[in-house]
Amino acid sequence: MITLAQMTGSTPKRVLPGFGLSLGISLTFVSLVLLLPMTSLVGQLSGLSLAEYWAIITEGRVVASYVVTVGAAAVAALVNAAFGLLMAWVLVRYEFPGKRLLDALMDLPFALPTAVAGITLATLYSSNGWMGQLLAPTGLQVAYTWVGIALAMAFTSIPFVVRTVQPILEDMPVQVDEAALTLGASDGTAFRRVILPHLWPALVTGTGLAFVRSLGEFGAIIFIAGNTPYETEITSLMIFVKLQEYDYVGASAIASVVLATSLVLLLAINLWQGRFIKRLHGGKG
Amino acid sequence: MHRIGDAPKVRRALVSAAVILSALFLLLPLVAIFAQAFSAGADVFWRNITQPDTLSAIGLTLFITVLTIPVNLVFGVALAWLVTRFRFPGRRLLQTLIDIPFAVSPVVAGLVYLLLYGRNGWIGGWLDTHDIQLMFAWPGILMVTIFVTCPFVARELIPLMQAQGSRDEEAAVTLGASGWTLFRRVTLPNIRWALLYGVILTNARAVGEFGAVSVVSGAIRGQTNTLPLHVELLYQDYNTVGAFASASLLALIALLTLATKAGLEWRAARREA
Amino acid sequence: MLRNAASRRLIGTAVIAALGAGVVTPVVAAEREILNSSYDIARELFAAINPEFIEWWQQEHGEEVAIKQSHGGSSAQARAIIQGLRADVVTYNQVTDVQALADEGLVAEDWQNQFENNASPYYSTTAFLVRKGNPKGIESWDDLAREDIELVFPNPKTSGNGRYTYLAAWSFADNAFDGDEEKIKNFMRTFLRNVVVFDTGGRGATTSFIERGMGDVLISFESEVNNIRGEYGSEDYEVVVPPVSILAEFPVAVVEPNAERNGNADLARGYLDYLYTEEAQRLLAGFNYRVHDETVVEEFSDEFPETELLRVEDYFGSWNEAMETHFGGGGMLDQLQRR
Repeated sequence: MITLAQMTGSTPKRVLPGFGLSLGISLTFVSLVLLLPMTSLVGQLSGLSLAEYWAIITEGRVVASYVVTVGAAAVAALVNAAFGLLMAWVLVRYEFPGKRLLDALMDLPFALPTAVAGITLATLYSSNGWMGQLLAPTGLQVAYTWVGIALAMAFTSIPFVVRTVQPILEDMPVQVDEAALTLGASDGTAFRRVILPHLWPALVTGTGLAFVRSLGEFGAIIFIAGNTPYETEITSLMIFVKLQEYDYVGASAIASVVLATSLVLLLAINLWQGRFIKRLHGGKG
Repeated sequence: MHRIGDAPKVRRALVSAAVILSALFLLLPLVAIFAQAFSAGADVFWRNITQPDTLSAIGLTLFITVLTIPVNLVFGVALAWLVTRFRFPGRRLLQTLIDIPFAVSPVVAGLVYLLLYGRNGWIGGWLDTHDIQLMFAWPGILMVTIFVTCPFVARELIPLMQAQGSRDEEAAVTLGASGWTLFRRVTLPNIRWALLYGVILTNARAVGEFGAVSVVSGAIRGQTNTLPLHVELLYQDYNTVGAFASASLLALIALLTLATKAGLEWRAARREA
Repeated sequence: MLRNAASRRLIGTAVIAALGAGVVTPVVAAEREILNSSYDIARELFAAINPEFIEWWQQEHGEEVAIKQSHGGSSAQARAIIQGLRADVVTYNQVTDVQALADEGLVAEDWQNQFENNASPYYSTTAFLVRKGNPKGIESWDDLAREDIELVFPNPKTSGNGRYTYLAAWSFADNAFDGDEEKIKNFMRTFLRNVVVFDTGGRGATTSFIERGMGDVLISFESEVNNIRGEYGSEDYEVVVPPVSILAEFPVAVVEPNAERNGNADLARGYLDYLYTEEAQRLLAGFNYRVHDETVVEEFSDEFPETELLRVEDYFGSWNEAMETHFGGGGMLDQLQRR
């Protein structure tokens, strides 16, 4: 299995050139662009006692917003995992008219300012919009409900799964298919047993990124969310409210919860990915 | 040669599902934007987008994007090379750190820059006394745009370079290739599409970024108003048609970028054939 | 190599686009220019006022000047100035946001005495927009707390507009129930429960009411509901101005350190003074704002029904107190909405 061996190909020691240069560029950039600004967030929080901090982040309405945000983001991420996998597969494996257009469409959510996406989705899915009218007989109300929040989140994070899975799938040699099918497996089994494990790291990464992105999304959601206290308020709105009140400390406190959650998740994904690759390596090597 | 999922029935089912879902989920919003933009006729659309404020917003947005891309390209390639070709302590941490922009709500991203470089910030105070203005001017917009978009190139490259391994590069080194030649002749051909995707995502996001930019821009019309901010302003001002006309330009910029990508791919494929 | 050539061409195109961008950036010919930091829905208002001011200044002082505009939610606008946006003047729709600048020493401590009428050249009140024929028969605030009514107004937590609505309802109830706090709270609970969607800003609320067909009543500034009715067709909607409502001031101030730094102190003051001239007041009235100039008030008397306007200061002490007791974390609004 060539590809599995290829996947494991992390080099043992520094045979390759460019360690110093790439380390230098990366560290400079990460420190200046990413870490330095984050210190101002920490600076805001340093004035708070632990009890005050705890009181801000566990206030009833804020906690309710965590539940709404995490729940909707999870649904959105799972929907995107399925949709993204389907799209990546279809775009890589099949030729059909309009394929280029379809491919191009996938990046649209990143290109639209989120507020425009929010306004447009709210227009489409409100009870008198095109989609809203279509869905009315089913009794499913999207705009101004929890479903609308999940929809807006799903929309803004579509490209993550598609674009992480697509290159891996493109890179997969024909031999993988052939080998699997020669062994007499059906298409379904072959996909599940051979292709999916290969795509697994990318799929999980993409889904994780989509989830994390949804946790912080604001512009696309507020127009479709209804923003009813305790029911359809998202955490980003809570941050926004604090900012409106000139309460930088409160805003930073809630933001730090979202940030910490997201970072832990991302770190977990990266560690898992590393272990996954190592396990494959151990199994084959 | 038979490949998985090649059976006509499977193929048709999957393609139709993909097309229908994309049409509902992605194409419909796009159509809705253009429908709104042209709802008062083509001449109103044209009048809206040729207003000086709109033109200057377009100009600023393109200017910021063009400056953002090379910065993120260099950083993305360097970081991907570093974390996929070498093992060193803190590698995973570094890889996680570059995801910070995904983890931070854009509004908070703008806020942290403002708190640092704004008049009351510890760098901003110094800048203010020396009459250097970064926030509420184009450098501030550029800084947050770079922040928001910096993971894209690296994120595209890392999984691919991990999957590909470094066997080719090692062979080249053994054959005596120098660093730059090695990168240009061996690595680049392998990653070019991922690199291009990365640039395209960076471009798309840079053009459309709203939350972070809105915090540091100051929204001075004709000066620091980017196209997404302009859309918001027109919308707030009950000029729905104008807002969607500008929004349709953003969609158009995205589609043009994507068409360029498709064109390049097609030409490359033909050359190789 | 193909890909290099191709990518070079791509970069080339991008650079040309950027150069093009430079060309279209307008060149300002005027010697001095001031930056007016204003609220989000005032774009067309100042687009109409500024050319008139420039001409007026030219006549009075023989100097060519230019006005730049910045628009946004007025809290965000004030935050930007605190963090270093060099605006010379502010024209807001929230007293609290100018006060925030005063607390930072960016506008004079006695800014409300620097210009007439509490430094508010124009004002408005909170009014209702209802659907054609007023099917639910809404006349005043007590109708809004009926069981069969659905309301749309922006979130008081994020929108000054929403805060006025809340305060108007509260002071109405305060009058109606003679200050009986339990009754006021009960009224407010029902009133808030009737809200079907809490948009973050006035514009979002309008969209929900008009384009999504939500609710029976949209509550907003009188100037806004009139503009909306003009915008979306006067056949389909009616404006109801309740007999009692709240006074909404639109305060202005010179951001002194900035104006001095930019050498614009006189120009900034002149700009705000201009807003009190008959000419400017007529323009303002044309945008459905109530004004002070007697000639103009007379001209527009048909458009603005007589109504009793309550002052925030009379019912809530001061804006700062109102903000703290009602809208702060754990404040009255939070208590009323608690489940």
